[in-house]
Amino acid sequence: MSEMPNILPALPEIAVAVMACVILIVDLYVSPRSRNVSYVLAQLTLVLAAALTIFGASTSGVFFSGMFIADPLSVLLKLAIYLLTLFVFAYSREYLAQRDLLRGEYFVLALFGVVGMMVMVSASHFLTLYLGLELLSLSLYAMVAFQRDSATATEAAMKYFVLGAMASGMLLYGMSMLYGVTGSLELAVVGQRVAAIGANDVVLIFGLVFVVVGVAFKVGLVPFHMWIPDVYHGAPTAVTLYIGTIPEIASFALVIRLLVGGLEGLSASWSDMLIVLAVLSIGLGNVIAIAQTNIKRMLAYSAISHMGFFLLGILNASPAGYSSALFYILTYTVMSLGAFGIVIALSRQGFEAERLDDFKGLNQRSPWYAFLMLLLMISLAGVPPTVGFYAKLLVIQSLVGTGLVWLAVLAVIFTVVGAYYYLRIVKLMYFDEPEETAAIGGGKDIRFLISINALLLLGIMPWIGNVIDWCDAAIRSLH
Amino acid sequence: MLETHMLSIAIWLPIVGGVVVAATGGDANAARARGLALLFALLTFAATIPLYLKFNAATHAMQFVEDYAWVDAFRIRYRLGIDGISLLLILLTSFSTVLVVISAWRVIERRVAQYFAAFLFMEGVMIGVFCALDAILFYVFWEAMLVPMFLIIGLWGGSNRVYATIKFFLYTFVGSVLMLVALIYLYFQAGSFDILAFQAQPLGLHAQTLIFLAFLAAFAVKVPMWPVHTWLPDAHVEAPTGGSVILAAIMLKMGGYGFLRFSLPITPDASHELAGVMVALSLVAVVYIGLVALVQEDMKKLIAYSSIAHMGFVTLGFFIFNVQGLEGGIMQMISHGFVSGALFLCVGVLYDRLHSRNIKDYGGVAAPMPMFAAFMMFFALANSGLPGTSGFVGEFLVILGAFQVSVWYALAAGTTLVFGAAYTLWMYKRVIFGAIKNPDVAALVDIDAREWLFLAALALAVLLMGLWPKPFLDVIHTSVEHLLTQANASKL
Repeated sequence: MSEMPNILPALPEIAVAVMACVILIVDLYVSPRSRNVSYVLAQLTLVLAAALTIFGASTSGVFFSGMFIADPLSVLLKLAIYLLTLFVFAYSREYLAQRDLLRGEYFVLALFGVVGMMVMVSASHFLTLYLGLELLSLSLYAMVAFQRDSATATEAAMKYFVLGAMASGMLLYGMSMLYGVTGSLELAVVGQRVAAIGANDVVLIFGLVFVVVGVAFKVGLVPFHMWIPDVYHGAPTAVTLYIGTIPEIASFALVIRLLVGGLEGLSASWSDMLIVLAVLSIGLGNVIAIAQTNIKRMLAYSAISHMGFFLLGILNASPAGYSSALFYILTYTVMSLGAFGIVIALSRQGFEAERLDDFKGLNQRSPWYAFLMLLLMISLAGVPPTVGFYAKLLVIQSLVGTGLVWLAVLAVIFTVVGAYYYLRIVKLMYFDEPEETAAIGGGKDIRFLISINALLLLGIMPWIGNVIDWCDAAIRSLH
Repeated sequence: MLETHMLSIAIWLPIVGGVVVAATGGDANAARARGLALLFALLTFAATIPLYLKFNAATHAMQFVEDYAWVDAFRIRYRLGIDGISLLLILLTSFSTVLVVISAWRVIERRVAQYFAAFLFMEGVMIGVFCALDAILFYVFWEAMLVPMFLIIGLWGGSNRVYATIKFFLYTFVGSVLMLVALIYLYFQAGSFDILAFQAQPLGLHAQTLIFLAFLAAFAVKVPMWPVHTWLPDAHVEAPTGGSVILAAIMLKMGGYGFLRFSLPITPDASHELAGVMVALSLVAVVYIGLVALVQEDMKKLIAYSSIAHMGFVTLGFFIFNVQGLEGGIMQMISHGFVSGALFLCVGVLYDRLHSRNIKDYGGVAAPMPMFAAFMMFFALANSGLPGTSGFVGEFLVILGAFQVSVWYALAAGTTLVFGAAYTLWMYKRVIFGAIKNPDVAALVDIDAREWLFLAALALAVLLMGLWPKPFLDVIHTSVEHLLTQANASKL
């Protein structure tokens, strides 16, 4: 205990946490007119963290008495988190400024959320995993309630908090049972003990059930999805943008670290549970999305169905499946980022472009935004030549490869159901007359970033091969 | 570069052209958009002609092959190559697109750049479908075509266009996704996505049957075969003229091409096993849909049903497993591309003038539009399979092939000569002959030079193919014989 532990592996986490505190203090002293300082500092923090992560990418191993793991997977996921957050901040700035919400708290909470996710991504211990998850969740509760005067936002935050706290309880309860059986909190050791005990221990299965329920709550899988539409809808769009993209990466980390890293010995059991959750999520998410008239709600149900689809990659418990799920999550977050980005770009002072009808005739008002939204929608639907198709392709491929052909057929059929509501947006944008003629908001910078964001989805690009290779390499490093 | 990448050029030139045309922006620059679109359509047509000139008809091997790594992790490759069958369809595509661009020259006035860009993009991906030798590449091209067609029908179509276009999209999408699962299954059997490797892969009968059915879901919707044809009349009626032409001339052929490239060589035993069902469905299309066409009151709908009947002939030819049937089916596909395209353009000519497609709104058109009446007469006769036109070659060969299998097949198929003539000529009579129906018809102006140009080009093609089919048959002969050996060799 006398020796100072080597803190280098956790340097990015420390840097972001420190910078978040610095921004909190700096923000007290800057005048409301120069709030951009906080924004710039937040962006710099992300760049700094990215540099530190890349710089430290060569060190891998388990640190801090088995609490913290550094491996290629954590590097890849962290870099994805930084990049997404960078885009989220850039998209949100104007929106927040117009609503008098451009305050340091937004960036500070978002950065603390980032720290939480980074800890989750690098967790190799029940404690760190839970710690990261709670840091993320608490930041999200506060962010949803961030627009104080909005009744819907407050209501959403309440629901989110109550259900989230319950989910955390479930997760903890499950973890405690697993601890009781295996006598360890360290995921690697838990894995070894589980393999020794065998998959038929009743308490072990009970613990697993509670863990899976907790995870399903946090990820937002049917039937534990109730909070998702309300939170997506109630939160200010800038916060929805954040919630709808970056935590999905953390969800992946949660699933992969817990179920694959720690409990792979029980894969026969959890894969059956996940099949039920995945099929319900894909089915219900896609069907209910059809009935929505608010784009944020529609995208919320779409998120539920996409989480179900990503689970299809996990549940076949093969390296190809994990890698396809990772690729799916990465591409999904890019698509979701773009879709909410467009919603933000179309809204302006005193006007939220959240009704589906607000998209009517967009092709006449701004052909470029309409085209970008078209790309995003067909990518979410999984139609080639967009990247959404390749993501679905890989997941289905892993299913067929492990003999789950019936599940693959079910998944593609629900994809067709999903195509309907994405197409409806295309229909509104291209075939209907606009309801209003006000100029489209969104500065040049947002326009530029969203363009990059959406054009990334054109799947002809050779980069797809590279990303798939990274995903494969990251998953290989797990074993 | 030019020599070794001829197929890539044919695919990407129109797609790049589409981007360029779209970049001209709003309707203020419509003239520039039209000019550029025509330029790129002509360039693409010019780029596909050398394929024919340099094609070696003596071998069934794939030619002009290009092969590059694309997504290494899953052995997805950018692999292109054509045989005689794909060659003719590629030429048909590039030829039809030029005509579509000319036909829309004055008619489309809103969002001109987007209209032409969509067609050029579609041309590129359709050529891609016919060139692809990698299953995923094929699938990407196959699906990429849906979005521009969705927009074309929805943006420039008739009154019920939104319903029609969503129906079109979902119908075709549901078929294709099942094919995707089959392709992935084959990948695990063959170890790569190479279509030729799929064809060489031995498979059990049970697996073959399931794969055949998955392919059938995709191709039968596209062809379209009875009873999954219902999207076609809706889509045709609502689509703008150019959209109808591309739908009829090329998109339907992709279904037929799919049977030739995938179903027959990959699942030969299942194809034989289920041939009876396929023949029955084809004959239902020929006879029943022929009768349905007879009672249509909308000209476009009538031609749409006639398309389904003619495509029934194509699938009949494919599933009787002899050279005449296969060659006849392919010739019928090409001929139908010309003839139905021409008939849709004819209806377009009338619609541009009177904004009606109803047969009863017309009558006595021959008096104000003699030149048009002559052209339409010619195409109507070709549609009913008059000897000397392209329509005859395919139907004759298919009936000849059917005779070798069963007299009853041939007899049932032969009814098309009666029904086809009946519904086409009866429509022609009601629209063109008789007393002048109303003052609007009397005020019609005959076709101008632009309309004359595209109708004459198609008439020439129909006549050439009807009188001298040898250049067409020579190109496909070796490929068809090879296909037949594949389709008749058991994989069990």
